[in-house]
Amino acid sequence: MSSLTSEYRYFDDAHGQDIEVAAPAARAASNDALHGHLRFSGLGKRYDGAQGPVRALQGIDLTVRRGEIFGIIGRSGAGKSSLLRTINRLERPSEGRVLIDGEDIAGYGTDRLVALRRRIGMIFQHFNLLAAKTVGENVELPLRVAGVPRERRQRKVEEVLRLVGLEGKRDAYPAQLSGGQKQRVGIARALVHDPEILLCDEATSALDPETTQSILALLREINRRLKLTVVLITHEMEVIREICDRVAVLERGELVEQGPVWQVFGAPRHPATRTLLAPLQQKLPEDLLAQLQDGRRQPNDRLLMELRYTGASEHEPDLAGFGMRFGGRVTLLQGGVERIQGRTLGHLLLAVTDSPLAAEALRRQALELADGVEVLGYVAAA
Amino acid sequence: MSPLLDRLWQALLDTLLMVGASALLALLLGIPLAVLLVTSSRGGLFEAPLLNRVVGWLVNLFRSVPFLILMVALIPFTRLLVGTSYGVWAAVVPLTIAATPFFARIAEVSLREVDPGLIEAAQAMGCRRRHIVWHVLLAEARPGLVGGFTITLVTLINASAMAGAIGAGGLGDLAYRYGYQRFDSQTMLTVIVVLVALVCLLQYGGDRLARGLSRR
Repeated sequence: MSSLTSEYRYFDDAHGQDIEVAAPAARAASNDALHGHLRFSGLGKRYDGAQGPVRALQGIDLTVRRGEIFGIIGRSGAGKSSLLRTINRLERPSEGRVLIDGEDIAGYGTDRLVALRRRIGMIFQHFNLLAAKTVGENVELPLRVAGVPRERRQRKVEEVLRLVGLEGKRDAYPAQLSGGQKQRVGIARALVHDPEILLCDEATSALDPETTQSILALLREINRRLKLTVVLITHEMEVIREICDRVAVLERGELVEQGPVWQVFGAPRHPATRTLLAPLQQKLPEDLLAQLQDGRRQPNDRLLMELRYTGASEHEPDLAGFGMRFGGRVTLLQGGVERIQGRTLGHLLLAVTDSPLAAEALRRQALELADGVEVLGYVAAA
Repeated sequence: MSPLLDRLWQALLDTLLMVGASALLALLLGIPLAVLLVTSSRGGLFEAPLLNRVVGWLVNLFRSVPFLILMVALIPFTRLLVGTSYGVWAAVVPLTIAATPFFARIAEVSLREVDPGLIEAAQAMGCRRRHIVWHVLLAEARPGLVGGFTITLVTLINASAMAGAIGAGGLGDLAYRYGYQRFDSQTMLTVIVVLVALVCLLQYGGDRLARGLSRR
């Protein structure tokens, strides 16, 4: 037994028989703290293109924790796909390392690689189901090539098909299924080896919004129920918002931002992140922006202010607070808030009329109520 | 039975035997050859560019020689293999050697059309390369392979007519000797009808089988 055990013996003396159980668990936990479940270190990938080498990935340092849903987002061509594929070595990195449970997978020969891939499930944008095989045969294939006895295969296929809600479709062919059902087959196939990691390659990009929601809900449920680590890539921020715990933003092969989803959504730092978030955010109304003037001209001009909630503090839109602090009539022109991971994020466009306070004083008052305030200017009363 | 029917029946059996035997051999040899051509190419499962080039070159060599010439040129080889250069079995040798590269090229096209995403998915689920060849490449290309094999069969019927030149018999030989050399147009016409019927039947059967296998 290692020295770790003896250290724990000291703490566990009172529990007696717990020692044997506690020590390996503690070792796994400390291993996780050091390496996470999955870690990229200085990862780079070059392709030999027609006009010389092309850099697809560069200096990626990233840790994915056990049991989380980690999202990687970026525009097409940002390198997401290559990065995801280094995890099961469908793609070989040119430099740097991929560590799974702290172990570098670069040196794996065929046998260890096959064993590794059986611990990692993968689903695809276009499902990649074998058209010549039934749903049952598709799901069974990973077990079949692993030499699992027929009876156990059948039981396992039943089990995962039930898990994804396709009990009755065992003998159907993929062509007879809808897109959402095909992806469910893909998920069942990916889960049939009881993997520890699930890789999702744009898994919902070929699906309509409603089906996307149901597939995301299924992934969430699987993540919770089977406690597996999920790494997904997408170009849709909605997907990240819906199910991810943490997110990394990839731009031209480099990692430009990462953090908890609420943080990246609430206060995006990199321009690439802002671009990706833009479709989800409201633009300020054009008609009002066109009327903006420098200062107050009439006593009843309206001051436009934008209040932002980034989730970094406890601030929530305090409707009574607006009236009390601003000392005038407060109108909500546009905006909204949402809760992501238990935090309030959003923005409100307010118009303040008949306040005794000047613009700067109003701004300071508003800062007591929100994480960010921008005074846009005055517009004439409606 | 009339002498014409008698001769016709014997010729039909000879043709079917020649075509059947050489088609079976071409299938058994052509599929592995096609798999080799696909998997050894650049980016393939068993990438081996040099081997790929050599095999490709050999296939082209046999494909480019007209069958009549190939048959005559192969006579010493045929004699070595079956002990004679005359008769049905002697014809099977050049027919097989002509049909194998032909079918291999057609099968190669079908195998190449298998979606690379499927191969990737198979790798991701822990398939070894031999599993991918069997469960993905060959299984998914099956309708195309059946279609290609049907084309090969029809081409073999064509080629077998020329095998009469080395005394192999068969429908082509019958039509040539009676129809052409003896101006017996009744035999000629009957043979043509039988050949047309044979080809139609094969094509129909092949198409049905391919459609039945296709699950798209």
